[in-house]
This record gives sequence, structure tokens and C-alpha cells, in this order.
Amino acid sequence: MIIGEQKPLKEICSMLEGHKRILVAGCRSCVAICLAGGEKEVGVLSESLRLHSDLNGKGWEVLELTTERQCEKEWVAEIKDLVAECDAVVSIACGVGAQTIQAMYPTVRVLPGLNTSNMGAPEEPGVFIEKCGGCGDCVLHLTGGICPIVRCAKSMLNGPCGGSQNGMCEIGQETPCAWDQIYRSLKQLGRLDLLERPIPPKNWVPSRSGGPRKIVRPEAMMTKEEKEARE
Amino acid sequence: MKIIGYVCSHAGYPAADLAGELGLHYSPEVVLVRLPCLGRLDVLHLLKDFRQGTDAVFIAGCLEGNCHHHYGNFEARKRIDQAKGILDSLGLDGKRIELFHVASNQGPRFKEIADIMVERARQIGPNPLGGA
Repeated sequence: MIIGEQKPLKEICSMLEGHKRILVAGCRSCVAICLAGGEKEVGVLSESLRLHSDLNGKGWEVLELTTERQCEKEWVAEIKDLVAECDAVVSIACGVGAQTIQAMYPTVRVLPGLNTSNMGAPEEPGVFIEKCGGCGDCVLHLTGGICPIVRCAKSMLNGPCGGSQNGMCEIGQETPCAWDQIYRSLKQLGRLDLLERPIPPKNWVPSRSGGPRKIVRPEAMMTKEEKEARE
Repeated sequence: MKIIGYVCSHAGYPAADLAGELGLHYSPEVVLVRLPCLGRLDVLHLLKDFRQGTDAVFIAGCLEGNCHHHYGNFEARKRIDQAKGILDSLGLDGKRIELFHVASNQGPRFKEIADIMVERARQIGPNPLGGA
């Protein structure tokens, strides 16, 4: 899932200068799980903004709404009437959600209330760790289910490096060495033989260096005839 | 001054009740809100209080490790810290909110808590939204 965290309240307030009718839009998907942009957080941010407005005489009218998934046009289409009443939307979904709202409602200013961070998972309540770098060429089958691209500070494909000490990474005592974890995982799986085969240089073409990536699934696309039939 | 005291049903409220039975006097500016457990306390409760002009809020519940519902008071502490942070960043002073732990047989301690918060509210000054 996508992990994000709310921007400082002061930053959000300063972005809203000059606006009057504001919609705080959350998302019930990833950002609700990481406690950054779900229904609960929409309520707290909205009330904080109202408090700021009252204290400083801003006269803001703050509306609240949480969509099922802010990254999908179908769900965002449902908030059309509410967005039309506002002159700014603070999206506390991930950056994808904020962009979806902006693309669908180009005349309303959409402001990001979150800093979108990474693709990760909850480790324990309140702790979220990056797990996937979205490199587009997965090697988890060679590394015991542990991503060396994002969980190794150097993204080494054949580790560990000399900075691995007692299972921890040299960047900090709280960061486990991914290659130490890979070794332990492969040992448990009885596949230490995989460590004897160097992983060849990785194909970085499907990674981020080629501009925004696009995945097309022809079987899911609507044909011209289907589109016409639906219209 | 307007001070709200959130009290849990198992310690804060009985302590307040005992203070009353003992004839201990605390300021009539203190208004109590009884919760089943401090775990029911929400950041929104606190923010709405201040938006409606409350000058200070205290929360009185079971002693640490002695919560009737095991960890309600620990949950409350996190929410109170969050609300304090929000008040600080809005320039309203997070010290307007405080968590206290009290046992049901500590009536005098309850009066002390109420007095502390009334005094603190006077020191910080009135909530600018008080007239709203």
C-alpha cells in the first residue's frame, strides 16, 4: 500500500491563504490504513482548520468528505456537486488521489495535505516500513522474498556490503541489513544455493528513468464498439 | 473561565463524586463530562471544545496500569498528545490540555486537579474564541 504522512498544519494553512470554501477530501484506501488520510484524519484536519480560521478571522467554511478510492475516476465523479461548491480542495489521499481530483475538476485548486512517501506495509501499530521500490523488474524469487532494491540502502543486487554489522546496516542501528535478512530467509527456505549465483545486472528500463510508466492490458480495455454501446 | 473535565466512570467520576461528598469546594467554572473510559476520548472532542471557547480541558482517569478496560488511559494519552500538538501549532498553547491519573478514593486529589487547571487557565489567559 501507499504510505504517506500529513503535512505540518502550518504548511496546510499557508497553502489555503486566499481561499474561502474548502473541501477536505480523504480516501478510505491506503492512506486510511497508514492513519494519514482516512475518515478520522479528515475530521481532525477539518476541525483544526476551522479552529485556525476562527482564531485568525479567516472566515473559512470547511467541508469534509472521504471517498472510497480517490485514485479512481468513478469514485471521484461522485463528489462532483460538493467540489463545485468549493474554491479549494485539500486532498489527504496520496499524490495519485490529489492528481485525479485535479484532472477531473480542472477549475478548482487541489492542494496536497499529505506528503506521499513510499510503498510499504504496517510493521506494528503506528509503524510503516517501505517494502517495494516499484522497479518494474522484480527479483524477490532470488532474494527470499526481501526486496534488495528498497530495503538495502545501496540497492545492492549481490550483497551484503562491508557496512553490514551484526545484522544491521551502517546507516543506522534501527535499520536491518537487507542482505542479512535475505541470507536468513534463504537459509530457512533451504535455498542458500541462490546466493552462490550472482544476480546479473538488472534491467532498469521498466524503472523510473523512462518517464511516467504505463501498463496496458488489452483484455481490459474498451474497444471502440464497446464505448459506443455504453454511450 | 470555562474548564471542561473529562472523567472516566471508574476512577475520575467516583473521585469527583467523593470530593462532593466530602464537601470539598472547587470552582463552578469546571464542567464535568463523564466517559465510560478514557479510551472513548477523541481528539475531535478536544478540538471542538476549544473551538467553542473552552479555556482549558483536563482529563482524569484511572491510575496507569489500573485502567478498568486495561489500556484506555494509555490510548487517551496518545490522543491528548496529538491534540496538544495541534493546539501548539495553532498558537493556542497545548498546556490548556492535561491528563491526570486519579483513583476512585482520591476525592481531595480530584479537587486539587480542578484547582490546578483553573489556575493554569488563568495563567495562560482566556481562549480568544471564548466570546464566540
